Formats: sequence, C-alpha cells, structure tokens
Amino acid sequence: MAEVTLLQTRGLTRRFGGLTAVDRVDFTLMQGEIRAIIGPNGAGKSTFVGLLSGRIAPDAGTVLFDGQDITRLPAHRRVRLGIAYTFQITNIYPAMTVRENLAVAAQSRLAHEAEIAAAAQEAAIAVGLEDRLPDRAGALSYGHQRLLEVAMGLALHPKLLILDEPTQGLSDDEIDNFLTVVRRVAQTATVLLIEHNMDVVMALATAITVLDRGRILAEGPPEAIARDPAVQDAYLGSAT
Amino acid sequence: MRNLRLFALTIAVLAGLFGVQFVISGYPVLALTRILILAVFAMGYNVLMGYTGLVSLGHALFFAAGLYGAGLAAYYGGVALPIAFAAGIAAAAVLSLVVGLLALRTQTVSFMIVTLMFAQAGYLATLHFSAITGGDQGLSLPAHARSFSLLGQEIALTSATARYNIALAVFAVVLLALYALTQGPRGRLFAAVRENPERTRMLGYDVGRIRLLAFTVSGTISGVAGALYGLMFGFIGSSFAEFRSSVEVLLFTLVGGPGTLFGPLVGTTVMTLLIDRLSGLTSAYLIAVGVLLIVLTLWFPKGILGTIRDRWAPWLR
Repeated sequence: MAEVTLLQTRGLTRRFGGLTAVDRVDFTLMQGEIRAIIGPNGAGKSTFVGLLSGRIAPDAGTVLFDGQDITRLPAHRRVRLGIAYTFQITNIYPAMTVRENLAVAAQSRLAHEAEIAAAAQEAAIAVGLEDRLPDRAGALSYGHQRLLEVAMGLALHPKLLILDEPTQGLSDDEIDNFLTVVRRVAQTATVLLIEHNMDVVMALATAITVLDRGRILAEGPPEAIARDPAVQDAYLGSAT
Repeated sequence: MRNLRLFALTIAVLAGLFGVQFVISGYPVLALTRILILAVFAMGYNVLMGYTGLVSLGHALFFAAGLYGAGLAAYYGGVALPIAFAAGIAAAAVLSLVVGLLALRTQTVSFMIVTLMFAQAGYLATLHFSAITGGDQGLSLPAHARSFSLLGQEIALTSATARYNIALAVFAVVLLALYALTQGPRGRLFAAVRENPERTRMLGYDVGRIRLLAFTVSGTISGVAGALYGLMFGFIGSSFAEFRSSVEVLLFTLVGGPGTLFGPLVGTTVMTLLIDRLSGLTSAYLIAVGVLLIVLTLWFPKGILGTIRDRWAPWLR
C-alpha cells in the first residue's frame, strides 16, 4: 500500500483551566496503520482522541482528515466522513436488540432497510456475534458488549476506527478474540487505539505514539519504543 | 424489519372502530368521538415523550394552536371547514417548530419548565386577547361553520354519525402515518436518541435535528387534534389551552404506554371513561386521577401496553 496520510494534526492544543491536557501536538497517521497511543494516566490520550473525533473542541491547532480541514466540523459530521469512535466506557443501547444497535449504526450510511439489515448482519459476523442478533444488548456479557460496540463502529464502514481502551475489563480469552477482530478490521480501516495493556499493544500495533503531559514523548515501531530509555522512564518503568 | 403483527393489529383496530358505530348509539358515539380526537392528541404527544424520550409539560399550546387556528379562521375568515382545518394544522406546525428551536436548547427538568412557560404564555394570550378569542367564555362557531361540502355532498357536523366518521378518518390517517414513522428507520433513530443521545451523535447523527423533527411532528399532530376538536364541536375556548390539558395528555400517554403505537388510544379510552364516571360521583375526581398517576409512576411506569410489551409481546411498540 502506498504511503498515504490519513490524518494529521498541527499544533493541536486543549487546555482545561490551568492544565494543558494536549500541548501543541503534531501527529501524523498513515492509511492502513494500527497505531497505539500509550502513556501514563493523565497524559492526555483520551483528550487527544476526543479532539480527533470532535467530542472536544480544540483551543488551537488544526486537524486534517483525508486531505480536508475538519477542525471546526461537529462530531457527527466527522463520523460521516469516516471517523468512528468507540467509547472507553461501554456505550451501547442496552434496551435495544443487538440487531437494532447495529442497524442504527448502519443506517448512518445506508437508506434501505434491506441494506441496513444486511450490514448489521455483516458487522455481527465480523466480531462473532451473529448468534446474538435477536438478544437484548443489555443482557450480553461485558465482553460481548465491548465486541458489539466495535461492531457498531464497523457497521459505519469507517476509514479510521478509534478505540479508546477497548480491552479494559476483558478476560484473557476475550482479549485473544479481540486481537483477531482488530487484525481483521485493519485490513480495511486504519486503527487508532488507546491501550494500557502492553501485551495487546505489542501484539497489534504497527507503530506506537507515547504521550506524556500532553506532548508526544516518542514515536516509532514497537521494538524501538520498548527500548527507548525516556519511554521506560516515563511510562513502562513506572507501570511494571 | 417492519412490524407485520403490529400492522395487522392496526388494520383490525381500525376495522373494529368503523364497525362499532353500527352497534352503539346515542351518548357512547359522542364519547367515542371525543376519545378518538383526544387519542390523536396523545399520539402526537407520544412521538415526543414516548418514542424520543422528551417530557413536555406544554402540549396544550399546540392543541390550542390547532384549535384557535382553525376556529378563528372559520369564525372570522368564514372559510370552508377543510381550509380552516388546514389553517389550524399549519398554525400548530409553525408554532411547534419555533418553540422547538428554543425549548430544545434545554433538557430534562428545564425542558419541562420551558415548555410549560411557553404554554402558559399561550394560555394567558388567549385570555388577554379575549376581544378576539372570546377568552374563557369562548366562541361558538356560527352556523356556516357547522357544515361543509365534500365531493358535492353536504356534510353536517350536527350529525353524530358524520362527526364520528370524520374523527375516525383523521385518527386512521394519523395512526397509519405514525406506524410508518415509528416502525421504520426514523423510529429507530428516535429510540436511539431516547436511549443514548451521545452514542447516537457518535454514530453520525445530528441529535438536535432529530429532536426538532420529533418535536415538530409531535406539536403538529397535537394541532391536528385541536383543530378537529374545535371544528367538530363548534366551540373554541381558553380552557383547552390550560395547564390541565398538558397534564391530561401526559397522563393518557403514561397510562396507555409511552413508546407504543396503541398506548395513547388505550390510555385515552381508559382515562376518559374513568374521569366520566368519577366526575358523575364526585366533583373531586381530580384527586382520584392524582392518586392513579402516583400509583402508575411507582408500579407501572411503562403503562398498560408497555407492561404487556415487556412481558409478552415485544412487537407491541
């Protein structure tokens, strides 16, 4: 695949009162990557992806997506352009069925009920939830709810899928299954994930960005990041 | 994912309502006519409260907009009844769009208060301009506004049968339109906004616009009911714009089952019959209504059809 820039930020900044959560970040994401963003608690990871998805407005800087300046675009319009976001805390429609959850996502880009139903089915198969389509989403296990949320992201057919701590609270078996799902997703979409579990990061990521106190501390392939003394000092050292 | 069982029920209910007029006569026909019109009001309310999850305390305003829009057009404009009817609906549509734009800046309790304030302003306006509206004395529509011609046939609204069938026809149109709206993709979006607005936004939807659509549809249908009520019974008065109307429509919807297609009809039927009976027994019937409201909120928050839906019939929605 040719190296095409999918997403780029320049001088992206967000302050909360006296705290600068994201500080003049220049960030580039290539099409087809699985990029992990790591960093200690409070490093600004969630704020940063919030700025990308449009859930949070920046104080300064620009966000370019697919060659277009989306800095002022509201979140729902960014989703339509192809940026899907899955929440850190599971965020589904518990009272609706799995099928309906996926249909709401799919009808964001499709008009006909038959197409919507087919897309819902396809997304369920992609994460292995096809047997649960008629079930109430709230009745699913936690791990399945997380998969449903990823499937809702997939039903959007995004160019970029942002996963905010997707494996938090999952068992080891569920994490294995999750890795398979993400690898499959990555064949058609670029993936940006915030992740605390270093095993997951090392297994999945093609590149890693380390955030610390709102700035990019280091960036590069997983092996190089793991060896970086500054990273070990700021993050890996304190975590293990 | 259309809901065929619900559609079959819709047709059966409409057929039943058409047939029942050959069985009953006298006062029950009048009562049922009223129930059908008020059920349309509740169905409009249900679009916003039941399907989209926004509780308004000001829907008397939109009922009154239809009532006065149609009534004043007939009274002063002397226009034919179908045109007066359309004028009432248009008034409610415009007013609900404008009020929706303003009120939807707020949520939950503030939204209830803001809608209530708008409705109170509307009610006070009907009193203030009593030289035109007749205030709480109201206006009785003149003889020319008690009949109209349809396809060359003269239809007199003094006939109970004519009134019943017109009310039923309007009820049927609204019911079928709401079936199409709520059981398809649009209805799923309303439910998505009700269940989880933030998730819905992050799936690419402008939640504010979906709410505004629901609000406007809801207010317009309430106006349909108001316009129909005024023209059918030939009377418009400010008592219809009172807070009590807003509470009653909330109560009808709650009793029947918010977010179910037939909840408003069931709730309106049960409550109107109950209020009829109770007010014959005691002038303090509102106390009984209040107690019922408390009981419902505590033990049956989903209403009659909502409870049945959750226990036995998930398609009943």
